[in-house]
Amino acid sequence: MIRLQVNGANRELDVDPEMPLLWALRDVLGLTGTKYGCGQALCGACTVHLDGEVVRSCVTPVGRAQGRSVITIEGLSPDGSHPLQKAWCDLAVPQCGFCQAGQIMTAAALLAKSPKPRDEEIDHSLAGNLCRCGTYGRIRAAIKRAAGMAEE
Amino acid sequence: MRRGLLLLLVACASPRPEQPPPAQDRAERSRALFLQASRVFLHPRCVNCHPDGDSPHQGMEARLHDPPVLRGVADEGVVGMRCDSCHQEHNLELARVPGAPHWHLAPRFMAWEGKSPRQICEQMKDPQRNGSRTLSQIVEHNAHDKLVAWGWSPGHGREPAPGTQEELGKLVAAWVESGAECPAEGARP
Repeated sequence: MIRLQVNGANRELDVDPEMPLLWALRDVLGLTGTKYGCGQALCGACTVHLDGEVVRSCVTPVGRAQGRSVITIEGLSPDGSHPLQKAWCDLAVPQCGFCQAGQIMTAAALLAKSPKPRDEEIDHSLAGNLCRCGTYGRIRAAIKRAAGMAEE
Repeated sequence: MRRGLLLLLVACASPRPEQPPPAQDRAERSRALFLQASRVFLHPRCVNCHPDGDSPHQGMEARLHDPPVLRGVADEGVVGMRCDSCHQEHNLELARVPGAPHWHLAPRFMAWEGKSPRQICEQMKDPQRNGSRTLSQIVEHNAHDKLVAWGWSPGHGREPAPGTQEELGKLVAAWVESGAECPAEGARP
């Protein structure tokens, strides 16, 4: 039995500890906001927070989350009011949208550690979150807007 | 390779309690032991994470790590791209992501990339450049560290480092016991 917190709620999961965290979130708990992209930690679509740090849930065994706190895009704010979510809507960042939950979760971890990130910090932290629609310019602008910084 | 390491171990580490070797022989033996051990240190499985830059390398060709990652202030990556964002404490065979406990880069001052065996030897003996380790701690690190051990169990068809970790531990121990001499510049295994 794996005991963990997911978006603030205590959960007990009767699953194989080697099951990828992403499977547990999507297929067991029904939290489908986190996406399956590559399954190899190469695209970032499955990004969630584990005790506040970014992990790629597609390669993270759920056993690693035992006794720890997982935050998914559903838990970033109760009503979609996180500054990043608002900025994402204001600037219409997504195109197809598939990668955006991962983009926002990585950006949230960045702003938590670096509230006014430099351009290169944004680039380095989000280097593992790919967007095949090429919305990178809007992503960077939205992160700056959420941080209360001047946009480009 | 494993046979070569074993033969050298037998040749170099056989005890001769009745008559210690002359100092010059002992120093030569020490240098030969380090050169043999440097086959491991210079192998891509080891050098790739001892880079002389801010990013690790991958593969036998030592190409830059993809996705692009940086060492960060603690040699564990940057926010959003920490080493353990992706690497677990064990190899993932299906996803092919390598893993071992405390996956991280060697600090910049421990870079082996582009170094000769002599330079690596001098670096390994220097507490300012070896993480303040004593020589016995260097032996222990090579012989038993779990991240070092990954070099021989790299997973998914990756070529392991030469020999075994046990053999490397014995080589480094014999090198220390024989005076921890460094090979001449230009000497190669």
